[in-house]
Amino acid sequence: MTAPTIAFINARLVDPASHYDGPGALITSQGLIAEVTHEVGFADLPPDVRLVDCNGAMLAPGLVDLRVKTGEPGNEPKETLKSACLAAAAGGVTSIVVQPDTLPVADDPSVIDFVMRRARDIGLVHVYPAGAATKGLEGKAMAEIGLMHDAGCVYVTDVDRPIVDSKVMRRLLAYAHGLDLMVAHRPVDPWLTEGAAATESEFAGRMGLPAAPAIAEQIMLERDLALAGLTGARLLVDQISCAPALETLARARAGGVNVLATCSINHLTFNELDIGDYRTFWKLDPPLRSEDDRQALIEAVASGLVDIIVSAHCPAPPEDKRLPFEEAAPGSVGLETLLPALLTLHHEGRIPLLDLIGKVTLAPAEAIGLPSGRLAVGAPADLVLCDLDAPRLINAEELASKSKNSAFDGRRLQGQVRLTLVDGRVVYEAS
Amino acid sequence: MTESAPGPQASKEPFPFPRRHFLSVADLDPPDVVALLDLADGFVSLNRQKAKKLDLLKGRTLINLFFEASTRTQSSFELAGKRLGADVVNMSPRASSVAKGETLIDTAVTLNAMQPDILVVRHGASGAASLLSQKVSCSVINAGDGRHEHPSQALLDALTLRRAFGRVDGLTVAICGDVLHSRVARSNVGLLTMLGARVRLVGPPTLMPSGAERWGVEVFHNLKEGIAGADVVMMLRLQLERMQGAFVPSMREYFRLWGLDREKLARASPRVRVMHPGPMNRGVEIDSDIADDLSLSLIQDQVEMGVAARMAILAAMAARLDND
Repeated sequence: MTAPTIAFINARLVDPASHYDGPGALITSQGLIAEVTHEVGFADLPPDVRLVDCNGAMLAPGLVDLRVKTGEPGNEPKETLKSACLAAAAGGVTSIVVQPDTLPVADDPSVIDFVMRRARDIGLVHVYPAGAATKGLEGKAMAEIGLMHDAGCVYVTDVDRPIVDSKVMRRLLAYAHGLDLMVAHRPVDPWLTEGAAATESEFAGRMGLPAAPAIAEQIMLERDLALAGLTGARLLVDQISCAPALETLARARAGGVNVLATCSINHLTFNELDIGDYRTFWKLDPPLRSEDDRQALIEAVASGLVDIIVSAHCPAPPEDKRLPFEEAAPGSVGLETLLPALLTLHHEGRIPLLDLIGKVTLAPAEAIGLPSGRLAVGAPADLVLCDLDAPRLINAEELASKSKNSAFDGRRLQGQVRLTLVDGRVVYEAS
Repeated sequence: MTESAPGPQASKEPFPFPRRHFLSVADLDPPDVVALLDLADGFVSLNRQKAKKLDLLKGRTLINLFFEASTRTQSSFELAGKRLGADVVNMSPRASSVAKGETLIDTAVTLNAMQPDILVVRHGASGAASLLSQKVSCSVINAGDGRHEHPSQALLDALTLRRAFGRVDGLTVAICGDVLHSRVARSNVGLLTMLGARVRLVGPPTLMPSGAERWGVEVFHNLKEGIAGADVVMMLRLQLERMQGAFVPSMREYFRLWGLDREKLARASPRVRVMHPGPMNRGVEIDSDIADDLSLSLIQDQVEMGVAARMAILAAMAARLDND
């Protein structure tokens, strides 16, 4: 499939790399961005060009989502790589990093290779695998992270499971540092959180839900940051979610630790009260926190303490969700709602659009060494055209994901993706 | 279906229950509670007669669906249903045979297809009764969901107290022991405070829910202080497996610090009465000497009131079904 030449005129260009948010126009050619101007159009256009009049809609780099779960290989009824790619394209997400907690676990280069070949065959958005940090995600023996790195994995992680043994964590960080490979880790004290389904609070107490204090996150994060400081490794804090952990992160960063932190769009949008009458679509991991934590998280995104925002896309079929709250699987799908949900913070005037877009484009692209995430001549033509103000009522049944467990179901958002380009090819176009 | 047959009569006409399901005391308003208690009072007299049977639920089917074992609550609902003329079926699916949650929804949907009128459910997970009520077309009564609620227990406790003291308003009630894991405590806090009682929660910090001091109650971490001057001391059952979870060190230490004996009880009001939802661990949370002293203990009354309170709930729900 060859990429057509497309000219976007009358756009609102939002480019975190050049720190530009203003009128402009852009031409893609042969899969790359060929021209960018701050004029609203071009004096003369090449022949056979497709002209897209943006009418002031936002043209931004396609989103890069560092935390996406699919069910492939091994649990395809949940989500296939293809259905995840379709959801991503519809959401303006042009690169996804898929998590290694599949069946089999991606703890060996052959699984990395399988995922990359499948993604190439599907040919929609870029799919980058993350490798397991330890064999079988068991936190005991290091996986073949060097071989997986060579095969194309962009970071290693044990996903939702913390690596409890500090000696294993230390060696993993030190070894990965030698490979210049980033380690992502979900900070959580597994003993404090054993059996918990919610954050400890007055609300969880009244609901009779087994709960754990939010500081379970801070406790493990303290250790992780100390070990990252000791080894010099690049640590990606996976889904920081509460105020005490943010304080810990700020202290470590001031001390020069080489750390990046993500948070999920869910924790920026919802608080524990959204659980309401035991609604399992709002059962998440980390569990939803207090409103104070949510506000602290928004502040941390605004101040730059949190670098990257992820969808934490986690498909779960009805048989895993239609259960009593404490027995239900955690997680929400999020690829299609990431951008409009993020725009809420722009519409509310909480965070400038340019900063918000940077958290889902340039910052994650740089974290894993991608050339995308910018509107620069010569960069891949991975783009999203989005009508920022268009109202949307999210209906989970209409989402492209195979699983419909969206915490945004029924929510009114603003922001409609009109066009998604990957390597200059149109992979999604709103009808 | 509302015409009354000859035979024994309840002293009050059942009022139509304002909701389709009976899930939580939070769904009740004070007038509903008073109406249910008045209705239950009539059933207490009925239950003491030789002829105990009414036909308010004649033709109705009641299914007891108990995922957790229960002798007291299940037989109480069974008798309540039968005395009101319903056909009662008891089901006790064991959670171990199939993955837990599947049995809940699958079993409920299967039973629902058999056209029962009322489903009485007990399940080990908080929110289970609420989830089930969204999946079935019949009325659902929560007979205990995890640590969340046991609303019929709160109603029978309120009935017991109202009959023992003449009123609930103004009573000081100390609920003592393992509050964290207790659905009885949560339902009683909601209902008794609604009726104007002053509720105290008394227990070690490890067995107290976080934020309980914001439930409109007083929290104590010392039994002697917590029951000082109390009119009612309600002891909660300590699950013996709590010793494993590092909640408390041993049974003998628990009994020494948190068990109710005469010495500690002497600090309560002179008119104090003692309650326990059962089943009791004698010598762990309560001394047999107290449990068996009928001048102190309301524990047998609670069991008797349980049948009447559940008859009141069933009668009110049936009155609503008749109106639909």
